[in-house]
Amino acid sequence: MNLSAISVVYRKELTEWLRDRRTLISTVLVPLLAFPLLMVGITALATVMIGNAEKEIPKVMILGGEDSPQLLDRLHKLDKLVIVPYADNWKDQISNKEIRAAIEIPKGFQVALTEGTAPTVDIYYYEGEIKSSFGADHLQDAIKDYREDIVKERLAANNLPASVLSPFEIKRQNVAPLEKVGGASIGGFIGYAAILLCLTGAMYPAIDLTAGEKERGTIETILSSPISRVDLVLGKFLLVFSASLVSAVLSVTSMGTSFALLGHSHLMTSSGGQSLNLSLGPLSVAAVFFMAFPLAVLFSAVLMTIALFAKTYKEAQSYLTPLTFLVVIPAIASIMPGVELTPKLALIPVLNTSLVCKEIISGTYHWNSILLIFTSTCVYAAAAIFLAVKMFQREDVLFRS
Amino acid sequence: MIEARRLIKLFHDKKRGQIRAVDNVTFTCKPGQIYGLLGANGAGKTTTLRMLATILEPTDGTAIICGHDVIDEPERVRASVGFLSTATALYPRLTSQEMVEYFGRLNGLDEPTLKKRLDEIFSRLDMNSFRDRRCDKLSTGMKQKTSIARTLIHDPQVMIFDEPTIGLDIMTARTIIEFIRECRQRGKTVIFSTHVMSEVEKLCDVIGIIQSGKLLAEGSLPELRDRHHERDLEEIFVQVVTPYQNSSEA
Repeated sequence: MNLSAISVVYRKELTEWLRDRRTLISTVLVPLLAFPLLMVGITALATVMIGNAEKEIPKVMILGGEDSPQLLDRLHKLDKLVIVPYADNWKDQISNKEIRAAIEIPKGFQVALTEGTAPTVDIYYYEGEIKSSFGADHLQDAIKDYREDIVKERLAANNLPASVLSPFEIKRQNVAPLEKVGGASIGGFIGYAAILLCLTGAMYPAIDLTAGEKERGTIETILSSPISRVDLVLGKFLLVFSASLVSAVLSVTSMGTSFALLGHSHLMTSSGGQSLNLSLGPLSVAAVFFMAFPLAVLFSAVLMTIALFAKTYKEAQSYLTPLTFLVVIPAIASIMPGVELTPKLALIPVLNTSLVCKEIISGTYHWNSILLIFTSTCVYAAAAIFLAVKMFQREDVLFRS
Repeated sequence: MIEARRLIKLFHDKKRGQIRAVDNVTFTCKPGQIYGLLGANGAGKTTTLRMLATILEPTDGTAIICGHDVIDEPERVRASVGFLSTATALYPRLTSQEMVEYFGRLNGLDEPTLKKRLDEIFSRLDMNSFRDRRCDKLSTGMKQKTSIARTLIHDPQVMIFDEPTIGLDIMTARTIIEFIRECRQRGKTVIFSTHVMSEVEKLCDVIGIIQSGKLLAEGSLPELRDRHHERDLEEIFVQVVTPYQNSSEA
């Protein structure tokens, strides 16, 4: 191995890479902008949309209830709802978003209440439509209040306290630090996103330096120079690896900034109503970066090996698309609730790194797992580099016609 | 000095099975001499030259270039060789100067030597006006000059040209032909493949006619004319190749 020759190849590839708009977009711009746009943008948009939906006073319709004036009167007095007159096409009106919901009071409802039987009140709405859900919620709240009032009246009539129905209270409280709650909620997503961008950041340089070189006709030019093929592939690999790392660093930094902004604006809260601590500390960033390191080596070598088989840029893209799915599936699996890091899962590439990133972001450092995952990924990465070097020595791959 | 010794190259094709691209080719090319490898498309010229340049490894046989074996010392062979073909393209995002510098560094030249050689070659080939222009912005002629500078930067003793004028306009092709002549004048060993008879007549000291991977005839142009009782090289080529073509087609 000639370090000087490897360095010459690396510097040349770096010069070309910095002049290539296509690879710069995939390696620098996408990781830098994807998270602010996705996280801050979508969350802010969702907040605005929910806020607007909450501000609206929903129009609802009452079906029946002529013989139940008490409930009718109560519903008409609600200032959170606008009651519209009955129409036969009420179902269509809900579907067409002309009204948000409808409530059906069965015939003889009030008499049935007096007699102690249990009539059913139906609420109709448009499932999946947020404004319709709010309308249905308001109706349900009103009916619940009415039901509770009746219960209270009946208890009072029998000289019984309200606590008869609720002899004790139940309250769930989070005891985990908010950093861990944040990590458990969105840590998996951070690992997933960093891994995916590590892959996409390496993809275009890997294609450009292999299939791209074949397509442009420069492969024969470089092979006629005295550099050994091992040094050539290592020089190229270092550039692809650098691109992958740049993507990983930019994506993690971008995520840290995005979450800092989110935390600052209190857009994300825990189920207990507390603001989640989503800021990624320097230790978390460094640890995620450290774990992404061997994975970037693995991705770079595998991408180069596969892309080298292709004769053109387009052909290489079609070979590498299935690989994206192979990476996305285990990365997504790590986000699934209940998927925890086990010794067996620690040996599955991509999934292991994604899971350990999730733990790291929530502030949990299982050093044995971290060491096992780092070592196993290094072994896979070394095997992938070996394979890439072997492929560069195969004439049938380099000159495939 | 080039000595090809019983060079054989086999390829495997899924449909056609084993293909004998080069079959027992032996020849010698001395310093200050231009050896012309004349053959039709698919005759085995490019494969032979790629083996000499160590881009491909021979299946059997070997070649000695400047005293180095292509199998045992491929990197030393490449350091002694300048290889130019229409397939040896330039890196589009490098400038003309960066392209030549890159190959100088790959050939192990130190920076002062590289700069001296670079200035000398760029002046000799009249390339200073476009030395900082990116290769993808160069005209065909400028690209060819950059390719020539790339092959010359390490001052190789052996020059291998694989159909270097194919697809080029007359003026650019003339530049290449002049360059090949100059290489001979400087005492370099030159091997040159083509299927253009006029180029062979103009340039070559020794001609080797190759068909279906076999070297069927070899000699200087006067020797070939005497042997085949024919003045026209194209007729000589047809005489040499036709019986073999007929037998292989039968």
